[in-house]
Amino acid sequence: MIELHDVAYRYGGSALFAQVSLTLTPGSFHFLTGPSGAGKTTLLRLCYGDLQTSNGEVRLFDRPVQAMTRDEIAMMRRRVGVVHQDCAFIDHLSIAENIALPLTVAGRYDMLDNLTDLLGWVGLGRQANQLPSELSGGERQRAALARAVIMSPDVIIADEPTGNVDWEMSQRLLTLLIELNKMGKTIFIATHDLHLIRAAKSQVQARVLRLKSGQLVQAGADL
Amino acid sequence: MTFAAILDLIKGDTQAERAVPRRGFTARLTVFTAAAMAFLAVFALALSFAAGRLADQWASELAQTSTLRIPATVDDPLVPLETALRVLQETPGVASARALDPDEQQALLEPWFGPDLPLATLPIPQLIEIVETEGGYDAAGLRARLAGEVPGAVLDDHTRWRDPLIAAASRVRLLGWIAIGLIAATIVAIVTLAAQAALAANAQVISVLRLVGATDTYIARAFVRRFTLRGIAGAALGTITGLAATFLLPTSDVAGGFLGGLRFPGVTALWLVLIPVLSGVAAFVATRWAALRTLKENS
Repeated sequence: MIELHDVAYRYGGSALFAQVSLTLTPGSFHFLTGPSGAGKTTLLRLCYGDLQTSNGEVRLFDRPVQAMTRDEIAMMRRRVGVVHQDCAFIDHLSIAENIALPLTVAGRYDMLDNLTDLLGWVGLGRQANQLPSELSGGERQRAALARAVIMSPDVIIADEPTGNVDWEMSQRLLTLLIELNKMGKTIFIATHDLHLIRAAKSQVQARVLRLKSGQLVQAGADL
Repeated sequence: MTFAAILDLIKGDTQAERAVPRRGFTARLTVFTAAAMAFLAVFALALSFAAGRLADQWASELAQTSTLRIPATVDDPLVPLETALRVLQETPGVASARALDPDEQQALLEPWFGPDLPLATLPIPQLIEIVETEGGYDAAGLRARLAGEVPGAVLDDHTRWRDPLIAAASRVRLLGWIAIGLIAATIVAIVTLAAQAALAANAQVISVLRLVGATDTYIARAFVRRFTLRGIAGAALGTITGLAATFLLPTSDVAGGFLGGLRFPGVTALWLVLIPVLSGVAAFVATRWAALRTLKENS
């Protein structure tokens, strides 16, 4: 589904990481950990074609990203739901409109009927008509997750999805991600929250990867 | 620009447009610029048409006519006049020749000497109006013959007056079209800057749209249609205001001709419809180019 072969990424002349290889198979659940600045966000962005590698190859749905046109990458991104840590929204649109944005961009107005169910699933039924600025951090995270999954993507990539929320909310978000994984979605989460990883591992078979000193390794038994 | 792109533009995409905030200084800037430029374009167009009409009028009025001036003599003035008329009648290429009567000569001199000029008592040269055939006559040959038969007669074929006047009017017309070209270029430049400013101001909107799989064309479309409509609306406003302003100019009777000629008689008024249309086209091309270029550069 997503494959990285000997990928390197250079930033400002020096290599952020090199010889990174990774395969995300359908239905798998991966965590990516590592210290701040190790390149977790960069690695995630490579995974959905937002950045190009300095070396190596990234394949999305069996096609090399380097060979794709800008429009093809955009179309491919509709199959990947992305949740950013900062949860950027379009400020003048309501939460419901923001969540429905992937559908309107893709012209899939037939799927808008699912919006109410989705809002209920993430517990934002009452906030549907509010603006993003009127939501709490946890509500924004859930809205970002709802937006990422509304197109029923094959893969969900989340960058620190619980970074700005309390423990209770992070558990709720994790539950939503586990539910999606049980529905067959591939999940790839970057986080430095070890409690979250342990909580997930008790419920699903998750593989934990660690990005450190420019190398990607499988995390040890300490997790 | 394909036919499908034009249809898309007319039809619009409400959802795509909703993603970009409606308000902002770029909206006002585009409308104001289009209106101001259209206002100026109306006058440039009027100037160009007036100069064109003037050039045509001078060309047609002075072309194929000439004047023969017979000096006043103390002897019988009818003798040289009759001789000159006979020579002209015999000259190939002269369609007709007619001596101006005293009233017509009086009218010609009136602007300089007033209406009470005692023409009969003054040694005023006699003028003969000559109308040429389409092929014209041999001016050099006629001058040579007149020199022999009507000494002192001066043949003026208007060339030395007509050519500089027509050239001047043609240059004014050309300047008008250059002004219109510069106005169109200014619209393109300002709308491009406004579109780039709008794209920069909406960086987060673009980032979100990209994240959810929007193509460059989709994102550009959200800006392009809005800027095009603003370009059309602003130019329509400027054109109407400019047209109204031409009616405030003095009439030709009062202004002596040229200012009163800054109007759009008959079908020339249809050119005004083109101003908002061309402004819209300029805004469309400029915004689309700026948007796609900026999106590509910022990727």
